Amino acid sequence: MTTNLTPPPPAPVLVRGGSLYGDERTDVLLVGGLIQEIGPDLTAPEGTEIIDAEGCVVLPGLVDLHTHLREPGGEESETVETGTRAAARGGFTAVHAMANTTPVADTAGVVEQVARAGDSAGWCTVRPVGAVTVGLAGERLAELDAMASSRARVRVFSDDGKCVHDPVLMRRALEYVKAFDGVIAQHAQDPRLTEGAQMHEGVVSAELGLTGWPAVAEESIIARDVLLAQHVGSRLHVCHLSTAGSVDIVRWAKQRGVAVTAEVTPHHLLLTDEEVRGFDARYKVNPPLRTQADVDAVRQGLADGTIDIVATDHAPHLRDAKDREWDQAAMGMTGLETALPIVQHTMVGTGALSWRDVARVLSETPALIARDEDHGRALEPGSPAHLLVWDPRPRRAVDVAEHASRSANSPYIGLELPGMNRLTVHAGRVTVRDGALVER
Amino acid sequence: MRHFISIADLDRTEAVALLATAEHMAATQSRSIRKLPTLVGSTVVNLFFEDSTRTRISFEAAAKRLSADVINFSAKGSSLSKGESLKDTALTLQAMGADAVVVRSASSGAAHQLAHAGWIDQPIINAGDGAHEHPTQAMLDAFTLRHHLRPGDPNGGLDGLHVVIVGDVLHSRVARSNMLLLTLLGARVTLVAPPALLPVGAHAWPCEVLYDLDEALAAGPDAVMMLRVQRERMVGGGFFPTEGEYSRRYGLSTQRAARLPDHAIVLHPGPMNRGFEIAGDVADSDRSVIVEQVASGVFVRMAVLYHLLATDDREDAR
Repeated sequence: MTTNLTPPPPAPVLVRGGSLYGDERTDVLLVGGLIQEIGPDLTAPEGTEIIDAEGCVVLPGLVDLHTHLREPGGEESETVETGTRAAARGGFTAVHAMANTTPVADTAGVVEQVARAGDSAGWCTVRPVGAVTVGLAGERLAELDAMASSRARVRVFSDDGKCVHDPVLMRRALEYVKAFDGVIAQHAQDPRLTEGAQMHEGVVSAELGLTGWPAVAEESIIARDVLLAQHVGSRLHVCHLSTAGSVDIVRWAKQRGVAVTAEVTPHHLLLTDEEVRGFDARYKVNPPLRTQADVDAVRQGLADGTIDIVATDHAPHLRDAKDREWDQAAMGMTGLETALPIVQHTMVGTGALSWRDVARVLSETPALIARDEDHGRALEPGSPAHLLVWDPRPRRAVDVAEHASRSANSPYIGLELPGMNRLTVHAGRVTVRDGALVER
Repeated sequence: MRHFISIADLDRTEAVALLATAEHMAATQSRSIRKLPTLVGSTVVNLFFEDSTRTRISFEAAAKRLSADVINFSAKGSSLSKGESLKDTALTLQAMGADAVVVRSASSGAAHQLAHAGWIDQPIINAGDGAHEHPTQAMLDAFTLRHHLRPGDPNGGLDGLHVVIVGDVLHSRVARSNMLLLTLLGARVTLVAPPALLPVGAHAWPCEVLYDLDEALAAGPDAVMMLRVQRERMVGGGFFPTEGEYSRRYGLSTQRAARLPDHAIVLHPGPMNRGFEIAGDVADSDRSVIVEQVASGVFVRMAVLYHLLATDDREDAR
């Protein structure tokens, strides 16, 4: 915490009888912001809050590598405060705030402002993502080192929303971030192949007469970037990979030893372009919803480790930005508060991932990619007390009235999904209890 | 039938019934007094976000011949050109007490949204939405085809006809609606276009797709429908090298038209690019039914208004 008023130290918490990573039943004792002890039948010091976690899964706090908090500049749709509340409700203890704000997070000043706002909100750790190019314009590199050496310690750089499509600029960015162990997170979208694009290009776009966003516009950029990353020996992260072809390319690159990691969003694990038939712009997102074959392929890729992580691409929008003709509506959907239910539904419920795998794809590996030393740590004594206690049993319909996000553009409204956030602990402080935010 | 949004929503019975009503409407128009009292007291709003004089006039004529009042709400010089949203316009029309809204928009899905977003309760008629559908155009084309090639057919359809649709399929709502409707009515449809002007995904459509116009014409089709090349929609460019090359390969020249069977007719939804996709002499020839299509348009739009506003199946659908 860097706030002037140091909050009182949180009371100890004893999580009793939960299933660690979905495996053995045990107790977990959190004291002074750290995991103090793990084992059966622990005794609690006086004043300890005791949580009955029978039947629940105990996971490290979730880490989102791809969040749009909209602050500064887009406070009508989300703020650091409301976005991190939403994150906490979703079980996250760290989020990475994308750079496409107004002003763009392309200077040390802006990234420090965002990090500070996260600290004072206190719902989870906010790690700013720095822009790769000045103003996301794709013309010249932003001062990446200034952001990396700022108090925000930026390690992830992305022009997300726009693609660093100039191959020379992409090469230079990949080279430059090697100096401070950074990573370029690429929004893979060839701009020329997607002019005016409205949805996945295929059978449905042909019928609806909407301009197509072809899979090749994503795949060609990923193919180029993995070759560049190999050539210059740098780290590449592929944002929101969405097609079967992209999975194949990343698999091929990993076999060749390229330092590439990839993320998939919850919505690309579940929804398809068939949803566009009703012209409801809540389903408009970039990259677009793809086909069932693509959904099957990204699930398989996540299961076999080709895709390293799940990231939300939480993209809040005002109602007016969505209540419009399809081709005029904004792209993006909220996702922080539905991410784990979707992952449980699509991956755990189908046997494709274990809860231990969920800890890997939603906490450990995203923290590793972003070099968040403090997050995604093993659940063992001495680790920071970032924790999620998840009850996989309840099922309920998604109701945005319960969401903490300032925006309501969820594609899942009314959909019955499994799981409930019993407890989220950030740095020893309980942020969520039984699905409800716990005010300080 | 509550709305008229998409041919994909129709079954054959409904399509045939609409065409039959259009026949009745056509018959009334040869009388000395052409105006019918059917929709006295009703107000039909023509909401045109996209300029289209001919479609708007056709709907206006159809509504007026059924004695409805007509309000034209067009983009130029109105709140629509000042950035008013579809939603706010819909709420305005709802408050004004329109009985039906005819909507034309450059956005695919605009009519569907008006009908289903909950902004307005009135029946919605799609007068063209982006590159999606133009269902009354398909109805008038089917009407015209039937009139010439299947007059008095007891099944009321177009069974066994072969129709070739030629040109800029990618940007054409007319092609999509016609492909669906003519197939529904039993015709065989062949689409002919340069590959770049066919949507990726067209392979799933219930029709044959060819790249060679001469090959399609050699099959002796009963009708050829030429599409307008929509240069204004060609985002990204480069769909074909030159107009000359397009015209040589895909234009309906006098020589090509001469190879058609004697009974074959030529259609075009208008407005035509004479000398580009269709030779002027072909457009003016005896085979051409292009002017007749305009008359058919009024009859089928009268039929659609009648079905939505004056019959009981409106109540059934509520």
